[in-house]
Amino acid sequence: MLKTFPAGGVHPPENKITAGTPIKYLPVPENVIIPVTQHIGAPASPTVSKGDSVRAGQIIAAGKGFVSANVHSSVSGKVNKIDHIIDSTGFKQTAVFIDVEGDEWVESIDRSSSILKETDLSPEDIIKKCLDSGIVGLGGATFPSHVKLTPVSGKHCEVLIINGVECEPFLTSDHRLMLEKGEEIIAGIRIMMKALQVKKAMIGIENNKPDAIANLTKLASAYCEISVHPLKVKYPQGAEKQLIRALIKREVPSGRLPLDVGAVVHNVGTVFAVYEAVQKNKPLFERVVTITGKYLSNPGNYFVRTGTPLRHLIAAAGGQPENTGKIVNGGPMMGKAIVNTDVPVVKGMSGVILFDEKESVRKTIEPCIRCAKCVSVCPLGLEPYLLMTLSERNLFEKAERERITDCMECGCCSFTCPANRPLLDYIRLGKSTVMKMIRERNIK
Amino acid sequence: MSNLLNVSQSPHIHGKESTQKLMLNVVIALMPALFTSVFYFGLGAIIVTLTSVASCLLFEYLIQKFVLKKPISITDGSALVTGLLLAFNLPSNIPVFIIVIGSFVSIGIAKMTFGGLGNNPFNPALVGRVFMLISFPVQMTSWPVPKGLGTGYADAVTGATPLAIIKEGLKNGESLSKLMGEIPSPAQMLMGDMGGSMGEVAAIALIIGFIYLLATRVITWHIPVSVTGSIAIFTTILWLANPEKNADPMFHLLAGGVLLGAIFMATDYVTSPMVPKAMIIYGCGIGIITVVIRVWGAYPEGVSFAILIMNSFVPLMNAYIKPKRFGEEVTNG
Repeated sequence: MLKTFPAGGVHPPENKITAGTPIKYLPVPENVIIPVTQHIGAPASPTVSKGDSVRAGQIIAAGKGFVSANVHSSVSGKVNKIDHIIDSTGFKQTAVFIDVEGDEWVESIDRSSSILKETDLSPEDIIKKCLDSGIVGLGGATFPSHVKLTPVSGKHCEVLIINGVECEPFLTSDHRLMLEKGEEIIAGIRIMMKALQVKKAMIGIENNKPDAIANLTKLASAYCEISVHPLKVKYPQGAEKQLIRALIKREVPSGRLPLDVGAVVHNVGTVFAVYEAVQKNKPLFERVVTITGKYLSNPGNYFVRTGTPLRHLIAAAGGQPENTGKIVNGGPMMGKAIVNTDVPVVKGMSGVILFDEKESVRKTIEPCIRCAKCVSVCPLGLEPYLLMTLSERNLFEKAERERITDCMECGCCSFTCPANRPLLDYIRLGKSTVMKMIRERNIK
Repeated sequence: MSNLLNVSQSPHIHGKESTQKLMLNVVIALMPALFTSVFYFGLGAIIVTLTSVASCLLFEYLIQKFVLKKPISITDGSALVTGLLLAFNLPSNIPVFIIVIGSFVSIGIAKMTFGGLGNNPFNPALVGRVFMLISFPVQMTSWPVPKGLGTGYADAVTGATPLAIIKEGLKNGESLSKLMGEIPSPAQMLMGDMGGSMGEVAAIALIIGFIYLLATRVITWHIPVSVTGSIAIFTTILWLANPEKNADPMFHLLAGGVLLGAIFMATDYVTSPMVPKAMIIYGCGIGIITVVIRVWGAYPEGVSFAILIMNSFVPLMNAYIKPKRFGEEVTNG
């Protein structure tokens, strides 16, 4: 029996079209738009101004406060302007526009392909390097990684869990990384274990990636403290709390952190970024992005510089098909639909999916038949049908008691509803209203 | 490129389930029982089924079109299921006009007055059936004897159901062992060779339907297993306590509407609870009330009443019985 989380979950069609496509480097575009906020937390403030010359790897916006992250230039060239843009999540924010000239990198970056397995740095220095390099969680949440590596007094980390689950359909960026950059990932895990001072690391990978499991199992066999665990294919296993439950059978209580049950979870993409930052002095300005869709002529996986407008990536994949109806940043279950293809690629963008017009239109909403399928698929043991009704009727106090804020918005309920009800839309509305209520209450 | 993109919230994909597909699966699951019933009761079973289905669909259409003036949704399959289930709960020689009245009560009163699909607190087919049982007690309790395909409709030979034979006999002070000799054997009851409502007689056909519903994930095991399990346990206790006065559990499970009720009526989505824990309580409630009515009540059969009584507790159960929340109790190790 393969390990998995017991309650809820769905199994959407996998559609991993690009699983067999090796990662290629996307050519540097003529100009890039680098948002100063590519992470959760306080926005970084620009440190360059119009007309400045920058090189790839140079800091262009500095993180403010502990939960924040630096932003680096991904190209060399001149700062054209600093202006507001609509980013890939639909929010307005500040971005640095750079006109590309050549491809000069900061000297300290080691551009050789040699693999450096060992490090002499102390845990503090490793964390400092992650902080300086602007490393954030690359699974999509973009939580600053140095925060998760910094010890918390009174809390003991027993195990480092590496998330190679990639449970979202279509996406293959982590899969390809585990196949092609396995040695770097294992080295990165050992660096992170040193920073966290833990003796044990577990890599969780869903069983639909047998080649990645085999590769990392082989590479990890040299280190008895790192183990690879195949998992049953089930969405949302890549969610932090579900992965912890699957691997170490502990449930992170509502409102608590993984560290409260002795675990820290990092995505494989983040591990690779940490390796590059610590061993190669390379800040995070490039990541693997899957560009995919059933009608794309040439879908694939690319190393893309942050700030690259999306249309460049789509052009590399064969151009936007005529029948494109929706473009999604991220996976089909939790990703966000974008408004146009001028938005830049950012640190948190693991994939871009093009849906045709038919796939992008929602089906007609029918009455709830109380089939309880939403209850049975909810991985958090909530009652989506009830939360939707409460949100619809503005009964937010009741929704709070029914633990609406526990919802992680995985979308299993809306996915499974036979009556096509927009459960998650209403739950989101209710959740944000309840969060606001809680904040206001705390101020009083 | 000038085309605007669609923007909506996640998830951007949807599963293959639809209300229509679920209802269609229930219809498929009912087919073995329908064939068995035609096999035993002949023409009557066909007339009753067609009348019931057609009038349920017609009433839903008429009410949506002329009373509610809403979009017509008879293609969702829910009225079809109600029609079939109502027919399954009737004797195969019941006059057509009674079926039409029953269909009107099922669809018009039990379903549409509450707002249509998804809003009715009571199982529509059972409300219709109980209404007919109270209003037309003679026609509703004259059961044709299964004579095969050639069984007539209006002129069918009628007899009592096994449950009624036992109930009457015990009331008249006859011994149970003698009465058990007068009713069909367990094997006959399993195959459906006995008097009763047209859809409830063939245990084996209903069980095939149950397996189909489980395999297609239309229902879970909780309600059918807790209904039959609680009936089995309760009647075993009574039987062991006084085998001269109480029939054995096998008889109770195979006779009357237990299987039809447990598999198809109690599992009706709209009128059953949402959480597995509550489903088990609901199922056990149905089982216990059924046995109480059968053993101590005035009617020989109590499944319909039991389900309707438990239907009324469903909103309460939904309000107070909650699923196990993730992280509620920290399990270590």
